[in-house]
Amino acid sequence: MSQSTTLFDKIWDGHTVKSIKNGPSVLYIDRHYIHEVTSPVAFLGLEKRGLSVANPQKTTATPDHNIPTQDQHLTIQDALSRNQVDRLMKNCKNHNIPLYGLNHKWQGIVHVIGPELGLTQPGMTIVCGDSHTSTHGAFGCVAFGIGTSEVEMVLGTQCIMQPKPKKMRIKIDGVLSKGVTAKDIALYIISQISTSGGTGHFIEYAGSAIEGLTMEGRMTLCNMSIESGARGGLIAPDQTTFEYLKNREFSPKDQKWEEAMAKWALLKTDEDASFDKEYLFYAQDIEPMITFGTNPGMGTGVTGHIPLAASLAEGERVTYEKSLQYMGFSDGDKLQGKSIDYVFVGSCTNGRIEDLREFAHFIKGKKKADNITAWIVPGSKQVEAQAQEEGLLEIIEAAGFELRQPGCSACLAMNDDKIPAGKYAVSTSNRNFEGRQGPGARTLLASPLVAAACAISGKITDPREYLN
Amino acid sequence: MPIEKFIKIQSSAVPVQIENVDTDQIIPARFLKAVERKGFGDNLFRDWRYDKSNNPISGFPLNEIKYSGQILIGGKNFGSGSSREHAAWALYDYGFKIVVSSFFADIFKGNALNNGLLPVQVTSDELSEIFEAIDTDTQATFTVDLVQQTFTIDASGKVIGFEINPYKKECLLHGYDDIDYLLSLKKEIAIFESKE
Repeated sequence: MSQSTTLFDKIWDGHTVKSIKNGPSVLYIDRHYIHEVTSPVAFLGLEKRGLSVANPQKTTATPDHNIPTQDQHLTIQDALSRNQVDRLMKNCKNHNIPLYGLNHKWQGIVHVIGPELGLTQPGMTIVCGDSHTSTHGAFGCVAFGIGTSEVEMVLGTQCIMQPKPKKMRIKIDGVLSKGVTAKDIALYIISQISTSGGTGHFIEYAGSAIEGLTMEGRMTLCNMSIESGARGGLIAPDQTTFEYLKNREFSPKDQKWEEAMAKWALLKTDEDASFDKEYLFYAQDIEPMITFGTNPGMGTGVTGHIPLAASLAEGERVTYEKSLQYMGFSDGDKLQGKSIDYVFVGSCTNGRIEDLREFAHFIKGKKKADNITAWIVPGSKQVEAQAQEEGLLEIIEAAGFELRQPGCSACLAMNDDKIPAGKYAVSTSNRNFEGRQGPGARTLLASPLVAAACAISGKITDPREYLN
Repeated sequence: MPIEKFIKIQSSAVPVQIENVDTDQIIPARFLKAVERKGFGDNLFRDWRYDKSNNPISGFPLNEIKYSGQILIGGKNFGSGSSREHAAWALYDYGFKIVVSSFFADIFKGNALNNGLLPVQVTSDELSEIFEAIDTDTQATFTVDLVQQTFTIDASGKVIGFEINPYKKECLLHGYDDIDYLLSLKKEIAIFESKE
């Protein structure tokens, strides 16, 4: 009798070329995404070894981290950024790797374009030199971020060496309350298990609240898996997954689609399979969330207060107080009503069409607060085009906002989209680390709905006040 | 390219007693624009080391003359966040060969090992002992022996054992890297591909 296995085991074991005794697995990679920042040194390494790319068609490239979000038709002003983007183009040309460059209709944040083009498909192993590769787990993939040495391995051999992670399941049962989104689930989980709670593990998300999420929501949740320390997170594919993928550019077509669906339908965890760790949370316990500190685990419901330092273990207080000092907050502070300066909507976490829809529907007929500078950045050219088609652009502009051009933008502020030192930004991105959005910038992570409410009122606001 | 062999090192250490040191702190994103692997050490811990006018911030351990050495001692959950290998490059380029913490983030640990930077995980009590040893004598030395898998606090003679994957240990001891190994598996990989 065969042993019961998890979805993660099935994909991982099915891609193991060789297991080294007491060592890592040699894992075959189906899909490799690359961008301008973490790939150039890998290509240099390949060239030094005199190697070519083993499977150029299994790699897809796009520039995203470093590019401006205005005037993309012009030459990139920053010489170093331009050089990196040019180098990506050159490397892709030399090695015959498909590239969707600046101004291409499919360009965008690598974790947004992979799924929307149908390149990401259930059952695949997917890697990219970017920790948010976990996003693709939403389709029932084993997808995780890697370093540049590993990018070189995949380019050169289509394989990678990895110790097999442990397995964790996080179930969320019940129905989400109005105004609560996938982003809130992610921030809630991390606030409960901490930024190291998932370390060493690969998470499977399950339960009725997860099944009820759209693909965009599932991507947001899996995207944030890394913020709990986990290697990645995945969700078993179902009808929602298949409907999303049907007729996408690179999705299988006709007879092949039928065959693929039959294969994908088998991708699930056996009923009595066991996990190294399991958590169960209830959807009704989750509020719209916001962070107040300098790691994504320092979050609370938007109506909450900043926990007292005295409530923490003694050893943790120094780091906690340092974090609050950076943020200009005191423990015990109520968050609602605190004035903010910037709102950023975008990133591989919340830069998809559904996120822009939520934001636009919320602000429709309202006006941006005068004290707010807002950057609304679509995740891809396709998202940008769809926002125009659906009339979201008009709503956004009528409310006093502007839609910029696709890229990673203020999520990591490698381009000019930097939050000034000391300013507060409510951001739909994934990290609130010190200086993440610019030196001295103070980031509060939240959902597009919370960001919308804050952009309208100019201060930290519970979006539910407007929804009732 | 082959990594530098690691066998045994005796050195003093630099204590960075902060928890959850993420890779954005180790090297901020704005310094990731290079297309070659050089000079990252200059920007290691950039925003903790230098102020807006690029003056060293006094009190940060890397700026304190009393601390030096090839070992960095960090707080719990070291290397979380971004997968940027530049973090491991920056530490190595600055001159660190060993990072000690009570907990490492997965991707950072893998990147460190792929670059000959040895992550040594100890218990939180042992970590406190190591910080105390440096408190007592800022030039206190430690001996890291990869063959024996031991980290010794030289002053007290306390020997702390640490874990390392046996495959990775062999790689470090001999200076092999994973790509050399993967290239030797060409046949197995081709067979796997043909079955797909």
